[in-house]
Amino acid sequence: MTMQLTRRDALVFTVAGVAAATVGLPAMAKGVDDAISAFAGDMKVGTGKITVTAPEIAENGNSVPIEVSVDSAMEGDDMVAEIMILADGNPNPGVATFKFSALSGEASASTRIRLAKTQNVVAVAKMKDGSVYSASREVKVTIGGCGG
Amino acid sequence: MAKIKPRVKVPKKAEAGEVVTIKTLISHTMESGQRKDKKTGEIIPQDIVNYFKATFNGETVFETDIGAAVSTNPYIEFTLKVPESGTVGFLWKTDNDGDFETEKKITVS
Repeated sequence: MTMQLTRRDALVFTVAGVAAATVGLPAMAKGVDDAISAFAGDMKVGTGKITVTAPEIAENGNSVPIEVSVDSAMEGDDMVAEIMILADGNPNPGVATFKFSALSGEASASTRIRLAKTQNVVAVAKMKDGSVYSASREVKVTIGGCGG
Repeated sequence: MAKIKPRVKVPKKAEAGEVVTIKTLISHTMESGQRKDKKTGEIIPQDIVNYFKATFNGETVFETDIGAAVSTNPYIEFTLKVPESGTVGFLWKTDNDGDFETEKKITVS
C-alpha cells in the first residue's frame, strides 16, 4: 500500500514531532549535568550563595559580559576554591573555570563569553570544605556567537 | 596572526588589606574550532588562549582555565586583597603561540 499523506495525518505527525522534541530537551542539557557531577563529585549541589550576572538580552552572542560572585568571607574555611562556568546551549558546554585563593579577598570574577543561541549560563562554585552551590541565568541571544 | 599583546589595569597605590579590582585583556583571535573555512568547507582548528594565572610576589592569587567559548581578546577581571607592597605577575598560555607574561607594581602607602 502506498502511503498517502492526508492533512489529518500530517497534523498527527507534527504533533508527534513536537512531543518528541519536548521529550528530547533534558538530553540536550546532559553535557552540563555530566560536567557538574564531575566537578561536584559526591557532594549534593545546593542553591543560593552564588550569583550569576549577565544581560537578559545579548544582541551579539560573540561577546556577552558575565560576572560570577559568591557570598563568602574568603577567610579560613569560608572560602571559594573554584567557580566553573557552563553554557548549556553551546557545542561544548564548558566555558571557563576560575580558581581563587586567600589573596583574592572576594570571590568574584568577570569575563566575556560566546553564546551560540539563547540558553542558560550556569555557574557552579566549589567551597574549600567541598560543598557545592549552583546558579543559572538565561540569556536571550539575537545573533549567535559560533560562526557558521 | 596579529601581534599578541597583553594589557592589564592595576591600581598603582592601595591601602594594606584593601581589595582591588584588576582588569586584564590579551589580544588573541580565540579561534573556537567550530568555524568552517568558507572557501574549502573545512573546519578551522582550535587556536585559543587556554590558561591565565595571576600571582602576587610569586604566590598564586587567581587562575582560570579558559575554554573556546571565551570571546576574542579574552577579558578577565578579578580581585586582589593587597597585603603589602609588591608585584602582580600575569601569565597567559596559548595553544600555538607560547606563553605571555607581564607584571605591575602596587605600592602600599
